[in-house]
Amino acid sequence: MAVTFAFAETRGGELRKVAFEAVTAARQAADASGGGEVHALVLGAAGIASKAEALGRYGADVIVVVEHAGLERYNPEVAAATAAERLRAGQYRAAFFSASAEGRDLAPRVAAKLGAGLASDVTAFEIQGDSLLAQHPAYTGKIIVTLRLTGTPAIVSLRPGATPAVEHPATARIERAEPAVDPGASRVVVTELAQQTGAKLDLGEAPVIVSGGRGLRAAENFALIEELADAFGNAAVGATRAVTDDGWRPATDQIGQTGRVVSPDLYVAVGISGAIQHLAGMRTAKTIVAINKDKDAPIFKVADYGLVGDLFEILPRLTEEVRKARGHQ
Amino acid sequence: MNIAVCIKRVPDMELRFSIAADRKSLDQAGLKYDMSDFDGYALEVALQLVDRQGPGEVVLLCLGPDGVQETLRKGLSMGAARAVQLKAEDVPVDGMVIARALAAELEGGGYDLILFGRMATDTELLGLPCVSSISHLEIADGQGTARRDLEGAAETVRFPLPAVLTIDEGIARPRLATLKGIMAAKKKPLETKPAVLGEARVTVEAMALPPERSGPRFVGEGSEAVPELVRRLRTEAKVL
Repeated sequence: MAVTFAFAETRGGELRKVAFEAVTAARQAADASGGGEVHALVLGAAGIASKAEALGRYGADVIVVVEHAGLERYNPEVAAATAAERLRAGQYRAAFFSASAEGRDLAPRVAAKLGAGLASDVTAFEIQGDSLLAQHPAYTGKIIVTLRLTGTPAIVSLRPGATPAVEHPATARIERAEPAVDPGASRVVVTELAQQTGAKLDLGEAPVIVSGGRGLRAAENFALIEELADAFGNAAVGATRAVTDDGWRPATDQIGQTGRVVSPDLYVAVGISGAIQHLAGMRTAKTIVAINKDKDAPIFKVADYGLVGDLFEILPRLTEEVRKARGHQ
Repeated sequence: MNIAVCIKRVPDMELRFSIAADRKSLDQAGLKYDMSDFDGYALEVALQLVDRQGPGEVVLLCLGPDGVQETLRKGLSMGAARAVQLKAEDVPVDGMVIARALAAELEGGGYDLILFGRMATDTELLGLPCVSSISHLEIADGQGTARRDLEGAAETVRFPLPAVLTIDEGIARPRLATLKGIMAAKKKPLETKPAVLGEARVTVEAMALPPERSGPRFVGEGSEAVPELVRRLRTEAKVL
């Protein structure tokens, strides 16, 4: 029997997809340790409790809700202190965070406060006796490293999308708690949160990503990529570093070692040669489709399905066929 | 303004990687190391701040075997004033152990800023305000303002100095060392001290190459092959 912990991320008063992934992982870790409770922590402004209930459907037994006007936006110092306080108070076997922008900031802070072991950007894990074994891709994904974490709690940040959320209905109790430190006294303050305009679905949350490279030849040709993404209905648009460096797409669209690391169900690489820097950001996608005119392009080495030819001919046809398949005709 | 920049060396990712006989480490043969890209950005940010808001100096810190001295010299040739190697034959995989060793050296150093490249472990250990993954930075009157890019959004973060910051892509392009810089770097102080390494909670259990994909299954050429691709995405991959 072991209790596990999940940090459930919110943004704009809503739970994020990664919150359910963290709870699912905590459920699996508790079950693998002989069964035990999953405690999820949710921080937010007034009203977040009503949203937090949804975590019960993914196996949370206790949902600890901290509502405070000062927690409308991410507050790193309060989040870290509150999570650490909770983890100190119980015999937690493992604590799961997301390796999202917020979780990558938060998990190390919590690990430092507790002097606990941390594995970051984890794609798979297992409980083995007193240890937690965590896999993560290292060296731009060329090597899969398995880490052994000893001591409790073992702290894990999960690569978004790599460990999918699975429903596991439980009867969750809501428990109210106070922030461990005064949000008004934080030294590090997020003064503004600007949603980027035009960003329909976030790269970390989208089940499908359609990505374009230099093969698109010009910024305006990304309209073809966007049309294909629209046809899927659940897709985000990504780009290579060459494309974002040239300003064809915003820097935040970059997928790769120096950009976003993603694990969607489907990744469609269009006009992308497959530089190592790019592969590092997408090679853990579940299914990869590559469309390129050069059949020797390195992208085909990681692709599950390859289509050789002129993307300007292929894309409109693909958009049409996907639209048909999705019943959007 | 005095700034410490903590750097590390990373293998050249373009080269072929293989795993050593112990199945727990990289085969070092043929690997070439260099300062990580993110550390280059961090150093550039530090040098620009001291240029603009001097007087002050940039101090480099790196934990690792003697091979890191070459990386530190590179940083000195870019313009850092001095460097410290915390000597350890093996760099621990437990980021917290590294952070504590660096913190012990940084403690009491009187730095206004401590910069890192991208790092999995922060240094809350120093008790200083910490902001991670910043893509823009302004310093004025003992206060910092930074931007953090999130998924589909950007945060503006305010913090007091001294502070610990980790640097993200795109903040500044690292300068190239000039010949004059390279010559000067040879005479700059590079001090070596033993790293104080605590007990590790994280160790490497195994290393493996990623599973090979069965592909590529070339579906065909040109737009005529599109219906077949879509059919396979529906029936085989079940992603449509």
